[in-house]
Amino acid sequence: MVARSIHGAMRGAGAAALAGALALTAAACSNPGGESGGQGAKDTAVVGIAYEPETLSPLLGYGKDGNSKIFDGLLTQDVDMKLKPALAVALPEVSADRLTYTYKLRKGVKFSDGQPFTAKDVVFTYSTILAPKTNNPSKGELDAIKDVRADGDDTVVFTLKYPYAPFAQRTVLPIVPEHVAGKQDVNTGDFATAPVGTGPYKLAKWSRSEKIAFEANPSYWGGAPKVKKFTMAIIKDDDVRATRLRSGDLDGAILPPNLAQGFEKDKHKKTYTAKTYDYRNVTLPTGNKVTGDTAVRRALDLAVDRKAMVDKILDGAGKPAYGPVPTGSPWFAKGTERPHDLAMAKKILDEAGWKPGADGIREKDGVRAAFPLWYLSGDKLRQDHALAYASDAKKAGIDITTQSGTWEVIEPKMKDEAVLAGGGSPGDPDFDQYTLLKSSLGGDGFNNMAWYADPAVDKALDDGRKSGDTAVRKAAYDTIQRELVKNPGYTFLTHIDHLYVVNDRWDGLSTQTEPHDHGLASGPWWNVETWAPKK
Amino acid sequence: MARMAGRRTLFAAPVLLVVTFGVFAVAAASPFDPVKAYAGSAGLTASQENLDQLRANLGADQPLVTRWWDWLTAALTGDLGDSSVLRQPVADVIGERLGWSVLLAATAFLVAIVLGTGLGVLAGRRPGGWLDRCVSSLAYTLEAAPAFWLGLLAIWFFALKLDVLPAGGLTDTASDTVTFGQVASHLVLPAAVLGVSQLPWFYLYVRQGVADALEEDPVRGARARGLSERTVLLGHALRSGMLPMLTLVGSRVPELITGALLVETVFSWPGIAAATVQAATSVDFPLLAALTVLATAAVLLGNLLSDLLYGIADPRVGFDG
Repeated sequence: MVARSIHGAMRGAGAAALAGALALTAAACSNPGGESGGQGAKDTAVVGIAYEPETLSPLLGYGKDGNSKIFDGLLTQDVDMKLKPALAVALPEVSADRLTYTYKLRKGVKFSDGQPFTAKDVVFTYSTILAPKTNNPSKGELDAIKDVRADGDDTVVFTLKYPYAPFAQRTVLPIVPEHVAGKQDVNTGDFATAPVGTGPYKLAKWSRSEKIAFEANPSYWGGAPKVKKFTMAIIKDDDVRATRLRSGDLDGAILPPNLAQGFEKDKHKKTYTAKTYDYRNVTLPTGNKVTGDTAVRRALDLAVDRKAMVDKILDGAGKPAYGPVPTGSPWFAKGTERPHDLAMAKKILDEAGWKPGADGIREKDGVRAAFPLWYLSGDKLRQDHALAYASDAKKAGIDITTQSGTWEVIEPKMKDEAVLAGGGSPGDPDFDQYTLLKSSLGGDGFNNMAWYADPAVDKALDDGRKSGDTAVRKAAYDTIQRELVKNPGYTFLTHIDHLYVVNDRWDGLSTQTEPHDHGLASGPWWNVETWAPKK
Repeated sequence: MARMAGRRTLFAAPVLLVVTFGVFAVAAASPFDPVKAYAGSAGLTASQENLDQLRANLGADQPLVTRWWDWLTAALTGDLGDSSVLRQPVADVIGERLGWSVLLAATAFLVAIVLGTGLGVLAGRRPGGWLDRCVSSLAYTLEAAPAFWLGLLAIWFFALKLDVLPAGGLTDTASDTVTFGQVASHLVLPAAVLGVSQLPWFYLYVRQGVADALEEDPVRGARARGLSERTVLLGHALRSGMLPMLTLVGSRVPELITGALLVETVFSWPGIAAATVQAATSVDFPLLAALTVLATAAVLLGNLLSDLLYGIADPRVGFDG
């Protein structure tokens, strides 16, 4: 750290001294910039992304869902999100009581600094993340772990507090070397900016808020990648990203649907549509006299025109959502799709005693069918969803006032006012549904924002996470989705596709099912290490 | 002169102290929550227990005065603390970025002073002439134009329409080494935009100063004695016309800093600006306090510098010590 500071200070002084000289020569030196990247060598790729990670240290949350480029987990996910071994030689052995997971480790794997990878690195990674002083906001995902220990150099044994079916899914978490990361402050040490891992790429340079550059790890245990240099440029503005893609500065970029359409006629570029678990929904808090009424919840569920939202708000790049599980997923309970049925919605409200008042807004026992709906300010997509939802509800006689605010403003009101929320993580149906619907998690941070409580759902959630039998689990999650039709705690609106436009210069591109988070791992470059230049 | 510098330095200490406390107080009163900012989207699925632990680890549960005092005593021993938003020691954050900001600001300042003075002298020579009218109306327009707007305009014209200069960044996107040529070409647009946004002030002051001086007796006398126009202009008129501009050099420093923040953001320049914005919206106390001290020190230094220059240029002014 001392060396870094001095280096930085010297660079600062040097830069200041250069200033005068540069000012005079700058004009003379100027050359058309930005074109050397895109059309360059076949073994380099430059892509534009919208979000920058705060850290590259897995101990603080980087790459927790896999595909971290610099690191490997014990397991990884293939294109269909099926688990397959990475640093482990096989999927884990699970004990009969489902409380012990044993992983055999791959032999001969080295970190990019040449040091061998062993079981103690795995133990170090997990126990450091779980340590109270580690500022990892995602550590709750590893809550099931009671103990992790090494059994020799090449076996790791996890003991769980309770049977947790999706546990293996969590072990895609990247493994860090103890001999490097163990020697510094976990929260602020150099490791976050100068990481060392076993992965297919090494960090070449991270220029904050500008770009992250990777170079191939020639001694990667899975074979050296053919794309030798891979750069992620951080460009927050959608239009600038599209412009730089068009100018040849970038080889690929994530784009919103309307901008991606502009590349449809370009023969040298291909558009990839990634299916996602990324949903938008409206929380219907039980504490509110209007949204807490099951009749109102069911009516809203039928009154909302999901198809119109997909067509108009998402330009067709998405699907109607009926729950956190997308309709295309094998975990989706067929038959729980709800049609847009305004007449039925009105009927339900009439029967429940919500009678239209003079202004067309319904009333029951002196309570007006009206409630506020909050959305995150500055998020156009959420704003559009909120406005469309309010307009659909109005047709059924429910008056929704949309209001925007930051999370700081919204959070104190979440208990009895509706929020246009988003989320979604693929991998396992437990990930979303447990935190969204479990009654004991009502109001726990941002979990179960609607304070949803339904005994049948609670039981099914427990069955779903405890059992190791896929058929039992499928039945449990089917139950939950059917209960949600009878008593919706949320109105699910859409699942949003993510669109990527990429130069057609490589073979081997595909997309995985993507989460709500727009992490570095998403996009056709989830497996850039296996791309090959086209002949 | 030395006494004045010494007095100002002594005066700077309490000013800096008050400013840092002000920063802590304003940040604490802001609606932003440091824990939420730290956790980001992961915070939306984190349990309350996890968030509480984070709050304790970040020291965000401490009262305002305690936090300020802890920061201050540590800073005095050379430990600037750790930035929570960038997960790095504050000294590293500043070391990595300050140089690039100084490079940008210094180049821009030089552009503004050189161009401003040059044009000012030429225009002041013939007030009301075509050059004066053109440049003056342009200067008034520029004075009203925000720097970030100029930046967007420059990107649109030079990077997109003409495609002669890069639109942003410190180096070419695909390159991961920092070379002189690349930095130079990437510096042109942001430095020019920042410089041009500061130019009107220098230009207008010099123009007025030179025009006034040319009407004064000493200059008329010099002309009458048959001295060359060049000597009259540069030796006499410019000398007295420069005086108000020297004051301006110091007082433009704060404007330069805020201008640089906007220009850096528009051009994705990896300077201190992005860090400042992030520090502010994430209530990152240690980083925010350090950056504020830096900015305050720059302003105080700027004022001292202009007073010293003024005293040297015009002995009648003297030093306030």
